[in-house]
Amino acid sequence: MDLRTLTTLSGVSGNEYEVRSAIIEQLQSMGISYECDVMGNVIAKKGSRGPKVLLDAHMDEVGLVITHIEKNGFLRFARVGGIDPRVLVSKRVLVGKEKLPGVIGAKAIHLQERDERSRVIPIDQLFIDIGAESLEQAKSKVQPGDYVAFDTEYEELAPGIIKAKALDDRVGCALLFEVLKQDWQDIQLYAVFAVQEEIGLRGAKVAAFAVEPDMGIALEGTVCADIPGTDKEFQATRLGKGAAISIMDRGSIPNRAMLDQLVKIAENEAIPYQFREATSGGNDAGAIQQAKAGCPVASVSVPCRCIHTPCSIMSMSDFDAARKLVIKFLESVEGGFRP
Amino acid sequence: MKDLIKRLTEAFGPSGSEGPVREVIRKEVEPYVDEIRVDAMGNLICLKKGSGGGKKVILDAHMDEIGVIVTHIDDNGFLRFANIGGVSPMVALGQRVYFENGTFGVIGCEKLDDIKDLRLEKLYMDIGATSREEASKKVKVGDMAAFFQPAIDMGNRIVAKAMDDRIGCVVVIEALKRIKQSEHDIYAVFATQEEVGLRGARVAAYGINPDVGIAFDVTGTGDTPKAHTMEVSLGKGAAIKVKDSSLICHPGLRDYLVKLAEEKGIPYQMEVLQRGGTDSGAIQLTRAGVPAGVISIPSRYIHSPCEMVDLGDVEACVNLCVAACESPLDF
Repeated sequence: MDLRTLTTLSGVSGNEYEVRSAIIEQLQSMGISYECDVMGNVIAKKGSRGPKVLLDAHMDEVGLVITHIEKNGFLRFARVGGIDPRVLVSKRVLVGKEKLPGVIGAKAIHLQERDERSRVIPIDQLFIDIGAESLEQAKSKVQPGDYVAFDTEYEELAPGIIKAKALDDRVGCALLFEVLKQDWQDIQLYAVFAVQEEIGLRGAKVAAFAVEPDMGIALEGTVCADIPGTDKEFQATRLGKGAAISIMDRGSIPNRAMLDQLVKIAENEAIPYQFREATSGGNDAGAIQQAKAGCPVASVSVPCRCIHTPCSIMSMSDFDAARKLVIKFLESVEGGFRP
Repeated sequence: MKDLIKRLTEAFGPSGSEGPVREVIRKEVEPYVDEIRVDAMGNLICLKKGSGGGKKVILDAHMDEIGVIVTHIDDNGFLRFANIGGVSPMVALGQRVYFENGTFGVIGCEKLDDIKDLRLEKLYMDIGATSREEASKKVKVGDMAAFFQPAIDMGNRIVAKAMDDRIGCVVVIEALKRIKQSEHDIYAVFATQEEVGLRGARVAAYGINPDVGIAFDVTGTGDTPKAHTMEVSLGKGAAIKVKDSSLICHPGLRDYLVKLAEEKGIPYQMEVLQRGGTDSGAIQLTRAGVPAGVISIPSRYIHSPCEMVDLGDVEACVNLCVAACESPLDF
């Protein structure tokens, strides 16, 4: 499943149905068996013998939820997942199941007091304008609790460099499909398309409990700060420099043997790789590691600039590197590697 | 016991790299337990079988210590790092650190206009390399380092790095050696990754499915000049925990431990820790819940390379642990 399709779908945490439906359709067309659990995770399976390997990518993205409709038809909202309030003003959004177009508004510069211009507008002073003229008109289309996703066009900025919303973590979902295209004989591959990562690894937690894997790998879109004003030591990852292997984050410390195996494979196969040179943030590996009696985990990511904003940027060369690295790693597990 | 404290505190083991500590403990406990295994998270789980009819009891102490992890190597061979667990930049500055492969480093700081600007991001590590290439031969991004400090024997008090929680490991090891008769199946869990979120104990407890859990960990004291208010003092005995930020101890078990201490004449004090947590917080919430408590070893200067404990307190903790294991635990 290609990234254009995946990133055009809406799937704010708790509201992943559109992404899930598309993924299920794709799995069916590929003839891959899958299950859907009560949280809404999709768990696809390939291979029937060997160690259980849980490969995880989350379907959900950060976004907004409507909390209140004003008398004059403007919509108030809260954040779902980590979004910097500074990126919200003047963005186009899609509201509710009907995907009503809307714009996040704020007072124009002409009307702002001097001190207003120098500070971030707090979330509770922002609103979404869907062009409604009254409470009644807005209410006929929107309810509190409706989800709001960013309205961003998928574009290729330069050859191999793409811009889209929700690359965190549709890029992981796309990687999962790449892995599912392969035939797997000597591992039991559980490909988990997880819900609700952005609000606390909630989908992966129950999926891992059910699967009880022998090892787990989270596939992610991750922070990348190779941008002006950020010193090299704080860039975390760099665009175009290869698959990013995690060293530690707030959710987990990767199993050393798996980490070493990933590095060894990347070097032997000349697959571009980099370490994720940061320990902040967390991903589903944290939940997978802690399920039941525990399992070893690692994370492989694709660097995405401007993550958790309406427009993130990634390189297809990093995607290819991550794809090769994960597939070669799984082949090594088929060949007998154990953490 | 002093020798064991020295060997254990000087062993290398930041969270996720507990291998060397695990090997020291394994050798030490082997003659005293019936089964030993290492689980998926690296926890060392040692079973000392009971005479029958008793409970499944976890005695937990964590093997890991705080440390730092290399995040970046610059062109001149300096390393940047992040904290593993609670590392204060104030404590880290000027320290010597070492890696598992024997590489040493010292921690320096960028120029600061004001000491208030001191943050971990301002610090770097110097391993004596003059280029990225030279540094990369010794250390990779993702490698972990621990504080380097030999243990100091001050007589009745000992100072060392990683007393948190090797002294807990010592208490459990000593108890395993001294327990004469117990009806309970004692699972000594030497846990990994406590400092980053009680991660080892959580999965170990799930795997064991215990009836009772007791953790052994250090706790702070309020007995130093102009300290924050805390009842616990060094040298006043085993601290029986009432609560910390990770759990409220099972009141039945807590009172039972107090009663045991009274009966056996073991010096004890009650502990309420305002900030901080320990493995019992994870053990208590295992599956459908486990009655959990904590016997704490009072310690000064926690999360520094100079953690100080009193041997009398350590002895009291061992005695209380042995008494608990030899008792019916029918609270």
